[in-house]
Amino acid sequence: METTKNLEFIKDVVNKKIIVIRHFDAPVDHVWRAWTESELLDQWWAPKPWKAETKSIDLRAGGSWLYAMVGPDNEKHSCRVDYKSVDAPKSFSGDDYFCDENFKKNAEMPTMHWRVDFQSVEETTKVTVTITFDKVEDIETITKMGFQEGFTAALGNLDELLLEEANK
Amino acid sequence: MRRDIFQAIADPTRRAIISFIVTEPMTPNTLADQFDISRQAVSKHIRILDECGLISTTLMGRERYYLARTKKLKAVDDWIEPFRKLWEDKYESLDHVLKQLKSK
Repeated sequence: METTKNLEFIKDVVNKKIIVIRHFDAPVDHVWRAWTESELLDQWWAPKPWKAETKSIDLRAGGSWLYAMVGPDNEKHSCRVDYKSVDAPKSFSGDDYFCDENFKKNAEMPTMHWRVDFQSVEETTKVTVTITFDKVEDIETITKMGFQEGFTAALGNLDELLLEEANK
Repeated sequence: MRRDIFQAIADPTRRAIISFIVTEPMTPNTLADQFDISRQAVSKHIRILDECGLISTTLMGRERYYLARTKKLKAVDDWIEPFRKLWEDKYESLDHVLKQLKSK
């Protein structure tokens, strides 16, 4: 079902919103679990080659998910999601932000307000992620970070490759 | 002061101005009428938008008309492209997780 895999990406910069829509070839309860159970989240949440490592998760309004993004050189960024609403298996919302090592908010980094909706469509599940930012510049910061991380990681892989070549 | 697209759309009034003139050209007066704030305040925002390269001005008869330069707005779109890539990669990993769940 390749056609279901197309990512719909709506950039509403003027309203400080990014909407990401995608269909998954799985029933809604599986998709919900993958988004809300730490063992599953840890397997996909971080952009490669970063890894997510859950410290604790408490899925309910007022609860939090504390996790770290672990980089290829074992560098760590602590993050947390404060859940604002949880309506299993239909939707949840919360604030996602970067923290210091004690899971206190890093005030210099932007907060992303998340809303994730799950909709069962025949055998597939439609997931709509709406990310709202406080300031337009926040989109810039987050984009730069993601880009930088990916880029740094790619350079890291190159170093490894060069080292392997040198040892041949 | 910084004058680029992000500075231009950082302010809610400026975002509103853009949304008015993105579809049709407007004179300074018609544009100012859309807001509760003073004409001076509106024209200050227009000046900033102009300095950020977001507005083109056309003279029709004796009237000046403003229109948003959508090409500049597209620059923001291009900028966000890495963010899209990030999501594509993330979701590919999620596909794997879901496949494993299914086969259990």
